[in-house]
Amino acid sequence: MASAARHDVPEPPDFDILKRLARDQLIYLLEQLPGRKDLFIEADLMSPLDRIANVSILKQHEVDKLYKVESRPALSTSDQLCFLVRPRVKTMKYIADIVNADKMSGRSRKYKIIFSPQKFYACEMVLEEEGVFGDVTCDEWSFYLLPLDEDIISMELPEFFRDYFLEGDHRWINSVARALQLLNSLYGPFSRAYGIGRCAKMCYELWRDLEEESEGDSQGRNPEIGSIFLMDRDTDYVTALCSQMVYEGLVDDTFRIKCGSVDFGPEVTSSDKSVKVLLNAQDKVFSQIRNEHFSSVFGFLSQKSRNLQAQYDRRRGMDIKQMKNFVSQELKGLKQEHRLLSLHIGACESIMKKKTKQDFQEMIKAEHSLLEGFDIRESTSFIEEHIDRQVSPIESLRLMCLLSITENGLNPKDYRSLKTQYLQSYGPEHLLTFHNLKRIGLLTEQAAGETLTAVESRVSKLVTDRAAGESRSHGEPRGRAAHGRELPGWGQARGWCWLCCPYSAWCLHSCWAPAGSCCATSWGSELLLSSFPGKITDAFNSLARKSNFRAISKKLGLVRLGGLLGCSAAARPVPWPAPELLTPWLCVTPWGCCLVPGLPRPAVRAVLCMARGMTRGQLRDPAASAASPQIPRLDGEYDLKVPRDMAYVFSGAYTPLSCKIIEQVGAGRGQAPSTPGGARPRAPAACRP
Amino acid sequence: MNRPRADEEEYWHSSKCRAFTFDDEDDELCQLKESKRAVNSLRDIVDDEEDELEKVSWSGEPVGSISWSIKETASSSSTSPEGRDSSLQKGSSSNAALPKQVSSYSLSSLFKGRNKLPSLQSLSDALSDTGVKNYAPELRRPKAEYKDYSSDWSPKDTVRRMQRGKVCSLERFRSLQDKLVLLDEAVAGHDGNVITAVLIFLKRTLRREILFRELEVRQVALCHLIHFLKETGEQKMLLDLLRFLDRTEEVALSQYREHLNIQDVEKKREFLKGCIGLPFSPEDISHIQDHYTLLERQIIIEANDRRLETAGQSEIFQKYPRKASILNMPLVTTLFYSCFYHYTEAEGTFSSPTNLKKTFKIPDKQYVLTALAARAKLRAWEDVDALFTTKNWLGYTKKKAPIGFHRVVEILQRNNAPVQVLQEYVRLVEDVETRLNLATKYKCHDVVIDTYRDLKDRIQLMAYKCKVERGSAEEEKINSILNNTQIRWKN
Repeated sequence: MASAARHDVPEPPDFDILKRLARDQLIYLLEQLPGRKDLFIEADLMSPLDRIANVSILKQHEVDKLYKVESRPALSTSDQLCFLVRPRVKTMKYIADIVNADKMSGRSRKYKIIFSPQKFYACEMVLEEEGVFGDVTCDEWSFYLLPLDEDIISMELPEFFRDYFLEGDHRWINSVARALQLLNSLYGPFSRAYGIGRCAKMCYELWRDLEEESEGDSQGRNPEIGSIFLMDRDTDYVTALCSQMVYEGLVDDTFRIKCGSVDFGPEVTSSDKSVKVLLNAQDKVFSQIRNEHFSSVFGFLSQKSRNLQAQYDRRRGMDIKQMKNFVSQELKGLKQEHRLLSLHIGACESIMKKKTKQDFQEMIKAEHSLLEGFDIRESTSFIEEHIDRQVSPIESLRLMCLLSITENGLNPKDYRSLKTQYLQSYGPEHLLTFHNLKRIGLLTEQAAGETLTAVESRVSKLVTDRAAGESRSHGEPRGRAAHGRELPGWGQARGWCWLCCPYSAWCLHSCWAPAGSCCATSWGSELLLSSFPGKITDAFNSLARKSNFRAISKKLGLVRLGGLLGCSAAARPVPWPAPELLTPWLCVTPWGCCLVPGLPRPAVRAVLCMARGMTRGQLRDPAASAASPQIPRLDGEYDLKVPRDMAYVFSGAYTPLSCKIIEQVGAGRGQAPSTPGGARPRAPAACRP
Repeated sequence: MNRPRADEEEYWHSSKCRAFTFDDEDDELCQLKESKRAVNSLRDIVDDEEDELEKVSWSGEPVGSISWSIKETASSSSTSPEGRDSSLQKGSSSNAALPKQVSSYSLSSLFKGRNKLPSLQSLSDALSDTGVKNYAPELRRPKAEYKDYSSDWSPKDTVRRMQRGKVCSLERFRSLQDKLVLLDEAVAGHDGNVITAVLIFLKRTLRREILFRELEVRQVALCHLIHFLKETGEQKMLLDLLRFLDRTEEVALSQYREHLNIQDVEKKREFLKGCIGLPFSPEDISHIQDHYTLLERQIIIEANDRRLETAGQSEIFQKYPRKASILNMPLVTTLFYSCFYHYTEAEGTFSSPTNLKKTFKIPDKQYVLTALAARAKLRAWEDVDALFTTKNWLGYTKKKAPIGFHRVVEILQRNNAPVQVLQEYVRLVEDVETRLNLATKYKCHDVVIDTYRDLKDRIQLMAYKCKVERGSAEEEKINSILNNTQIRWKN
């Protein structure tokens, strides 16, 4: 789905600047400790660092040996030690131990700690308590944003989700605000900000605070990024809990994509060694299939390899001159393509193997039933069996959480029995996991009288009541309109979407038992929705709790079709965008916050690709016909009214909530931009801070 | 932390500056304040003779000397530990207010009265910083630092400065009210890092009960403290806090959590035994009890089996050596293990599957799945058979399973069961389509043929004939069915 197909798609901003800035700052910091030194790197900073710098750059700046920060004592013999770490208490203790051991043995060295992205007072306190403050110097490497692809930036903050949503700690909000500030100064000024959720509100406020202090330099520039969307992950857990369906998502599921690169093992490379592959828009094969539904990937790949074969075959009839040309000009490209093709075909095979082992299809069916709210009993017993067979602890939890969120909590009997079986299957210490999940609201028990129907009717009444009134909007976005340039609606402005922690299993891993129990803030009823148009605002405002998925879903039509067999009256053919309108701009990162550039309207829909699993639009794609028997086929025209198999489920019958939100904002801007009672005044003057 | 208190106080008492008391919100006054600050900072430079703190640097060298500036520019780290010690201790006696090492704010920013964020806004920023550093190192940090101590920031400004990573002393917030205002400002500022810093200060300067009491009505701050205590491992204070808040279940869980750090199984067992008395919810108590019983059981089984294995007399251990110890494994794994090695033991022994099933009230479904997997792995097909065979009161035998037979087939197939065994269970799959699929997939010809016959589907049956081997018994069977005139084919 070449983005080039859309002429009004603007070029993505040049995010390489971010890399260069980070690299230059790191070098500057290393130079602050002149002379040869050993560098200790925290494990989870290695992948990001790899994308910024390489060993030779480090060596140029007199880094001698590289070590990993781990529990074992360090064996370095250098006289200068430099630590590149996250601001964690544990790491501070590790460093303090090294320093104190040196002190005991009468050895004097220089120590420097570089915190990424910032240091915390708590860390300094630990250093002080351990008696090494002053023996070490501290610096901050303000490495907030790592571009993973030409259209995606990640903050790479693995702790964000747990710290904020589980522990209620606001320590990363400042980092997000600073990252926003950085983006604004490089690619802004942003003319509009939209947000949903408490964390989004706080980030926004802190960011505005920072901006007001450093007024000035960004004025008068043409913004490369027009709007930003800030969304809390907890407004839309459902999307994150659905199965992965697109190729990139499945690659992540199977091989784990780290900072945009993946390690393909011997089973993929069909040799005896693994290769590290960078998965981004540069990979011509990958960029064409990344957002495709998995079932259509095979067809595409086989077509591609036939073409390749044909290209190779061309050389047969060539004379010497043509051959020379061929070798010098085309062969390299073909070889490259060949390599990529064989890798991705290998990856597909591995994914298939893994998925068929796990009765994928049954799982999808259960998931869909949960989304639509029928056959709950059946799905529950599917989950039960899943647990009993010890399939995968994280998948079992994922399904349980999906059940809980869609059903507004499990009924006490199910909750108890599933919990007991889970503990028996995967270990009693997961008692702590369950406690965490309950705290965070992902897996809860229904309170008496809080059955789904009761809640639903209450919610829908509220929604109706509210709809009559004015839509509420607090925190009117204050943004400067671009100077000397009118933003003609959604069409040409650039949207950005910022999701806190989009990775599905990550929410669950964060609650994983060995990591600890928690105390989260109680669920707030406060939901910030700055200026989303009518319906959605009402739906949200009226929800006291976030778990009322079914009610929201009904109101907003997230699940589009009726039952599996036959359709309800509401079912209607959905105006799918043609495949070429799906630009591959939008994707996910496994970690932390991520930015997703939005595009003109069709692309807004494509936020889908980013959201777990469901892509749409391949319905009329002829390439989709050669699917494997395990995954439903999509051949030719598909009649949505009379679905023959599960195919439509995979093809976007479920619209992720986050996409819906952006879509609605887009629709609001596009259709009724200047209605006074509408979403917002559009006049630049009104938006001035 | 303790030592410099006296100096500190003396210093504060002798300080010439007093707090400004006007309203923060007022714009004009704010401006006034800004300029006053600027002037203040200017004065620091102008008459720094008056100030002893500024005359001598950390290493004891006069400020501005070449060696001092080289060191300062070079690494911004202290070279002589003693000198650094005293000065830094002073600087950090409020542990929340620590000097920024390579600060990127320059004197000029102080004059502007508005400090730029020391982030990587642009490369030029960083470069210009170096410039300032090189040309006027002596003007840089010590002044700024001193200034922090000499001016009285309002709680709001203090929080603001801390958010920007700047040095601020909290020591002057001494009355409870001041402390709480500071805390509230920090919470309003949304920066968890600052909230924690203020909490560290409060924790140090307030009696526990008072701190707890005040936090009870400040939920956000409370979360931060709890998280901080968890991170730094101050378990005792954490438990005190949770008890104070009456969160008994969390107290229990937080204590139970510690078992994860105990490596030695005997100690762990003892610890878990102690956990049983903790104030868990009634539902969780049974889980804890089970956890303890399970580990106790595992210790016994492990000791026994290790003895058997090393003695080398038991056939099964010789044939299938144990891959890992059973200690700390989940219950289902333990059950699998006991179905694998101890299937035939009498119910009385600790290691027998039936005993485990009874003790832990394992549901039928879970038990059958596990036993099936274990016996199939050993290719003990009679055991598999027995697992599903039930006798009714007339003495007829019948196959029944608490799980779908397609699941049974799947497990058997994964363990490479022979077609004869497989076929028996494929036949039992209720759903016709699933049965046909499975039978075709695993080449259970008989089942396929019989199913088509029952469906009276002549066309499918004829089609299937091409798939079986020529001249085989299956082909013959198909032929005889096709020739059977009594069947009323539907097509």
